Amino acid sequence: MKLRTTLLAGATALLPMTAFAADLTIGFSQIGSESGWRAAETTVTKQEAEARGIDLKFADAQQKQENQIKAIRSFIAQGVDAILLAPVVATGWDEVLEEAQDAEIPVVLLDRTVDASDDLYLTAVTSDLVHEGSVAGQWLVDAMGGTDCRIVELQGTTGSSPAIDRKSGFEQAIADHDNLEIVRSQTGDFTRSQGKVVMESFLKAEGGENICALYAHNDDMAVGAIQAIKEAGLNPGDDIKVVAIDAVPDAHLAIANGEMNATIELTPNMAGPALDALEAYLADGTMPPKWIQTESRLFTADDDNRAIYEQKKDLGY
Amino acid sequence: MIRSTHLPLLVTLATFILAYALCVYAYPSMLSTRVVANLLTDNAFLGIAAVGMTFVILSGGIDLSIGSVIAFTGVFLAVILRDTSVHPLIAFMLVLTITTAFGAAMGGLIHYLEMPPFIVTLAGMFLARGAAYVLSTESVPITHEFYDVLQGLYWKAPSGGRFRLIGGVMVLTFLVGVLVAHRTRFGQNVYALGGGGQTAKLMGSPIASTTVGIYAISGGLAGLAGIVFSLYTSAGYSLATVGVELDAIAAVVIGGTLLTGGYGYVAGTFFGILIMGLIQTYIVFDGTLSSWWTKIVIGGLLFAFIVLQKGLTWATQARRRAATGFADPS
Repeated sequence: MKLRTTLLAGATALLPMTAFAADLTIGFSQIGSESGWRAAETTVTKQEAEARGIDLKFADAQQKQENQIKAIRSFIAQGVDAILLAPVVATGWDEVLEEAQDAEIPVVLLDRTVDASDDLYLTAVTSDLVHEGSVAGQWLVDAMGGTDCRIVELQGTTGSSPAIDRKSGFEQAIADHDNLEIVRSQTGDFTRSQGKVVMESFLKAEGGENICALYAHNDDMAVGAIQAIKEAGLNPGDDIKVVAIDAVPDAHLAIANGEMNATIELTPNMAGPALDALEAYLADGTMPPKWIQTESRLFTADDDNRAIYEQKKDLGY
Repeated sequence: MIRSTHLPLLVTLATFILAYALCVYAYPSMLSTRVVANLLTDNAFLGIAAVGMTFVILSGGIDLSIGSVIAFTGVFLAVILRDTSVHPLIAFMLVLTITTAFGAAMGGLIHYLEMPPFIVTLAGMFLARGAAYVLSTESVPITHEFYDVLQGLYWKAPSGGRFRLIGGVMVLTFLVGVLVAHRTRFGQNVYALGGGGQTAKLMGSPIASTTVGIYAISGGLAGLAGIVFSLYTSAGYSLATVGVELDAIAAVVIGGTLLTGGYGYVAGTFFGILIMGLIQTYIVFDGTLSSWWTKIVIGGLLFAFIVLQKGLTWATQARRRAATGFADPS
């Protein structure tokens, strides 16, 4: 009897909240699925929405800004309660964000920011991209401990903010260390296949023995590059140190296998903090801070990478 | 009487009305001025480029360069407005001249060197994209106040839809395109050329100037589409509008124009664009389907229209054979 009352009380206590949450419809304009991380972000966002009883409208833009603008306009026409936007480029959002504001639909930016005025969106949930780059740079500074090191860099998609910021963060971290020098830097477009192709050209141009470390703007490119290093008859992680960003499961596996040295986590759970902020805002108008920063954690061979791999592998990476 | 050449256009129109009705049945809120305004605004650059593509395909050719020309135009405008104090209107003029000349040059190569349009415009595609990258690899924002003025020009319908300037520019381009195709000497020559170079020669059509003119129009309209795209995104980005030429070709074919040239209507392309926009809107409204379904549905539609065209060609030929057989005295 007592149990039943407790259950009933619990159910009634939850009732108004679930009823409120069930009414929420949120549109999510995702860039695409160019990397495993992004696929995981999509999975985690869907999980977070489902756990809160939110009806999530998902639109994949296939890497095109025009598709994202179209999707946001359609969300507005549909009258959603809020919009989550992971913008493909930083520029050109003013007009459509003004339309959302005009329709009183709050917009939360996920994992990237835009060049528009900050009163056009509610908040931005991102990691500090420059900070990620500098954590990677700092790791290499510590790992080298003063010995000379010629570094090759695989950049992300040309012109995208993670490519720009991760590059500048890394450069800042190694700036005061004359023993570290970036000898080649080229775009691998954040993809595994391009990472491999560009690394092959680095190895040919420089000679594998003249490269001491690889810094890739994401793990996918690093995994592709590891393949290229192996095919060139060298030991990745040993002959050429490999550090990258994102901490996708394959990177944990590579670290566990000794083929990679370090990765900095970009958590795929951007939607959690974003939805918390949105729910609070929609419930009673609580204004969140303009920037919600996520943690950038460093993983090296000291962590139990195999266990982390098991945890992460089903997220869609 | 409905002529068989009208049939593809009517099928396109019927497809659009049916598709819209289905959308509204599934999501009543799709019947709003917002959705209509979005269809016009969001597809403006594609529509303008597709008008040029319609002329090219009517003449039996193809233009693969337009996506790159749009990106080049955007980057060119962004860079010139950032680095100089030139007024945007003069920059527009300049870029339209460049893109029209670029198209005309491709037309000249196609005609005088007797090269296939596919190869010439493929080279043009790489050239224009390369030129855009050389100007800037990063997305360059456009912050000129004249752009704010142009972007501020819209009519807001009572229920919230915003009919923007660029949507109007697209509709106007289509109207002018219809007039040029059906009411001018040049338009007749385009159809004649698409009907077969030999026929056109016999009819006394100026093949050289028509070919150059067609690709000049396509280049110029791609330039205009680039201006519209730069207004749409307030930026120039060398990676933008990859593959737009293929979307434009799809819109033209769904619009009922024969890929082999000679038959078709500029107005059909307009509905081709709207059908493609509608599919995208439906998928966003649904919110659970993968966006790649857009491609699958467009692929299916394209296939259906090609089969329809082939069927019509057969039917017409069969009737003609029957007619001549009947008239044959033996």
